[in-house]
Amino acid sequence: MSEGDIETRVRKIVVEHLGVEEEKVTENASFIDDLGADSLDTVELVMAFEEEFGIEIPDDAAETIQTFGDAVKFIKEAV
Amino acid sequence: MFDLNGKAALVTGASGGIGGEIARVLHGAGAKVGLSGTRQGPLDDLAAELGEGAFALPCDLGDDDALKALPKQAAEAMGSLDILVNNAGITRDGLMMRMGDDDWAQVLDVNLTAVMKLSQASLRGMMKARWGRIVNISSIVGETGNPGQANYAAAKAGMVGMSKSLAQEVASRGITVNCVAPGFIETAMTGKLNDKQREGMLAQIPVGRMGTPDEIAAAVLYLASNEAAYVTGATLHVNGGMAMV
Repeated sequence: MSEGDIETRVRKIVVEHLGVEEEKVTENASFIDDLGADSLDTVELVMAFEEEFGIEIPDDAAETIQTFGDAVKFIKEAV
Repeated sequence: MFDLNGKAALVTGASGGIGGEIARVLHGAGAKVGLSGTRQGPLDDLAAELGEGAFALPCDLGDDDALKALPKQAAEAMGSLDILVNNAGITRDGLMMRMGDDDWAQVLDVNLTAVMKLSQASLRGMMKARWGRIVNISSIVGETGNPGQANYAAAKAGMVGMSKSLAQEVASRGITVNCVAPGFIETAMTGKLNDKQREGMLAQIPVGRMGTPDEIAAAVLYLASNEAAYVTGATLHVNGGMAMV
C-alpha cells in the first residue's frame, strides 16, 4: 500500500462520514474544530479506520488523532 | 403501527417465560428473532414454533468470550441486528448480612455487566445503520428495593442509570435505549412463592392480579418500534400500579 493510497482512503472515509467537501480535508484540519465532528463521530472515524486498514487503534492512541494529518501518520506507521 | 418487518431482534433469556413471549410478539410483528439462552432445548422448541425467521443462539452470559461473540453471530444469522432486548437475568437471593461474594458477583455479572457488553458489541451495526433499539428489562425492585435482593436490585437500578447514559450518547444516531420494569409477573420465578407470599403481594397491587408475560412483551414491542423514536432514556413501568414512579 503506497503512502498516497493511504491518504486517499483516509480522506474518502472522512468525507463520507462527516459529509464535508474534499478540499476541506487538509493536513491540519481538525476533525472537531474544522470538520464539524462531535465526540461520537471521532469514535466512529477511528472504528472506520480500524476496519478499512485491518488495524487496532488503542484508546490512548485514538485520543492523539485530532487532525486528518494525525490519522494518516498513525495509519502509515501501523499498517 | 408497530410494524417490525425488515428488522432483526436479539432477545436474551428467550428460554424463560417473559423472554419467550417477547420473542413471540416481536416475531409476530414481522421481525426476525435471535433466541438466546443457556438451555438449548427450549430455544429449539421456540424456534420451531415460530418457524421462518427464528434462530436459536445458545449462549452462557457468564462466559465472556461467548457473550461478546453473540451480537456478531446474531447479525450473521439474521443479516443485521437492529433491536437488542436484554432480558436475561438471574437471582441469588439472601439477606445482605449473609450475602456471599459469589452471589453478589454473579448477579452483577449477568444482570448488569453482560448487558453493557452486549449493548457495546451491538452498537457498531446500529450506528452505521443510523437506527437501533436497545430495550433492557429491569425490575420494579430496582426502584423500590426488596429485602433479600440487594444484589438483584443493585443490578436492576444500575441498568437504568446505564441506559440513560447510553441513551444520551447515541441519540443523535437514531438509536434509543429504554427500560421496561415489570412488577410481579406470572413466571417460573414468581411461581416459587407460597400462597401467603402471593396473597401479601396481591394486596399491594391496585389492579388486583399478577401481570402476564405478554403484557411485558407489548411494552417491549412499543419501545422497539419506529413509533417510539422520540422515547429514549425512559423506564416504562408495567406493574399493575404496585409502585407509581
